[in-house]
Amino acid sequence: MQGVSLQGIRKSFGATAVLREVALDVPPGEFVALVGPSGCGKTTLMRIVAGIETPDSGQVHIGGRDVTRAHPGARDVAMVFQSYALYPHLTAAQNIAVPLVMRRLSLLQRMPFLGGIMPGSRAARRRIQEDVAAIAAPLGLTPLLERRPGQLSGGQRQRVALARAVVRKPAVFLLDEPLSNLDAALRVATRREIVEIHRRTGAATLYVTHDQTEALTMADRVAVMQAGELLQIGSPAEVYENPADIRVAGFIGSPKMNLLPAHVGDDGAVRLLGMETGLHSAARGPVTLGIRPEALHLGGAWPAEVAHVEYLGESALLHARLGETEIVLRAEPGLRAVAGLPIQIGFGHALLFGADGKRLARHEMAHA
Amino acid sequence: MGSAVRLVVLSALGLFILMPYIWMVSASLKPTDEIFRASLTLIPETFAAAENFGRVFARVPVVDYLVNGVIVCGGILFFQLLFAVPAGYALAKLRFAGREFVFGAVMLGLLVPPHVPALPLYAGLSALGWLNTFGALIVPSTISVFAIFLFRQFFKSLPDELIHAARIDGMSELAIVWRVILPNALPAATAFAIFSVVAHWNDLFWPLIVVTGHERATPALGVLYFRTEEAGDDFGALMAACAIMTAPLVLAFLVAQRRFVEGIATTGLKG
Repeated sequence: MQGVSLQGIRKSFGATAVLREVALDVPPGEFVALVGPSGCGKTTLMRIVAGIETPDSGQVHIGGRDVTRAHPGARDVAMVFQSYALYPHLTAAQNIAVPLVMRRLSLLQRMPFLGGIMPGSRAARRRIQEDVAAIAAPLGLTPLLERRPGQLSGGQRQRVALARAVVRKPAVFLLDEPLSNLDAALRVATRREIVEIHRRTGAATLYVTHDQTEALTMADRVAVMQAGELLQIGSPAEVYENPADIRVAGFIGSPKMNLLPAHVGDDGAVRLLGMETGLHSAARGPVTLGIRPEALHLGGAWPAEVAHVEYLGESALLHARLGETEIVLRAEPGLRAVAGLPIQIGFGHALLFGADGKRLARHEMAHA
Repeated sequence: MGSAVRLVVLSALGLFILMPYIWMVSASLKPTDEIFRASLTLIPETFAAAENFGRVFARVPVVDYLVNGVIVCGGILFFQLLFAVPAGYALAKLRFAGREFVFGAVMLGLLVPPHVPALPLYAGLSALGWLNTFGALIVPSTISVFAIFLFRQFFKSLPDELIHAARIDGMSELAIVWRVILPNALPAATAFAIFSVVAHWNDLFWPLIVVTGHERATPALGVLYFRTEEAGDDFGALMAACAIMTAPLVLAFLVAQRRFVEGIATTGLKG
């Protein structure tokens, strides 16, 4: 298969296992976001694709070729780094041209002085300049091409880094938290720009981020990683609505999904704080009930106590205590409640997770 | 106000340190009897510059000495950079078995004074029949452990991502060294070049061992020859010879100093 294909990737640094048996396929033209908390191994996985790190075991295929041990330059990948990693001594135009110069010119043609008189060098350099100009124009870099990275703002550097990555039309496009150094407004604008660049190039794109909003808004598929494991990969709607694992449920969504301890009796009925929820499960014993803040509503069977209310404009978040746990409920923005006020709550859509954290089949839906 | 005081203090200190040099230049302009007069004046009463400098040029091959100095210092610096920059890069940024051991060996090399291996080096060069050649002057200094150490420390501060980006862009390790690392290490390279050129231009010890005669003599050796063979107590001419031999160094330093400051100001490593 074309694009990127990872099989059984393992990597440890010393005694710490960073990646445990990760498998992932990204076909050409697809945008996959690798999302997870810091230290979950997502950046290491990307660096293994780029060839900066070598896996302890497992294989990396790019364009159907085994490149597990290939030099980064021989993999047809391009990468945008978090720090952009522009060459400080070169102008923006020279930075963008580097991947082309290294690939299109021979060693002799690249030599200073001598390179200018080598046959074919002039024409090749002119073509490189044309390609650089063509990439720079849609990114608004044309007036900045003669500046050095030190004379550019963060957003401009980021564009130069993007241009350098896509200028040679790589088969695989890697982005390592490219937006984390930008301010909020620029981040939203650049999000769209990156997706557009991805559409234009048609490369297999792997995008590492710890920001789930970026992952959900940009990606065709979201891969959720935690502690070196790939927990789930699916469309943004799928990982949000149908998390396969309690850790995915807890990570995706803001505010977080409420995870409440519940119990399945011998009759298969799921009980929350001793009260029947109307849900049934084939499992027995302790389970976890996952309820999104928007699935909770005021007025129901469960007594709770208001902790505080956060006003967000389009809605309000009601923090309340339900038994031993703190829950978050998304309410109408007009909601006014003082701390300590006793309330009743209920819920609509809920998910069940077994004691091992895996998703359980839900037999019936009901409202309490 | 504070800066004026600082300027005065620093100028006085600078003048004090430069005093021997200033006196040398002054003496090179005076006739002999005026140099030995009891009164101390910097500005000569009668200018004897033409006579003093004329005698130097007439009696010893000054231009040959200077050209030799340029060849030797240039050759040494070229090879030092050729070896030390890749070595410093490998020690700073590459992971390989025995790296710490090799770095330890470099540190150990720093402890060995240059006079210790002089005898074996002399014997070796003599066996090769290399005495009295540029090779004998250049080869023993081509590997500078100090340079390796200096570059290693400087390269450590360059971000790893820069090197990763270069690899992804298709550069080989050697291309990374010369196209990415060295241009971004120009301040360190310039600083080292100043150290190296000054040390070898002024070095008397090694040329004195491996060179006999004027043909391959370096400037420092030339001054020595001029003193022993020609000048006698002709201090005016001797000081003129010294002024000539040190002039290229002073000029080179003034040029490099500007470059040095520029290098620090424009690199902007926080790319």
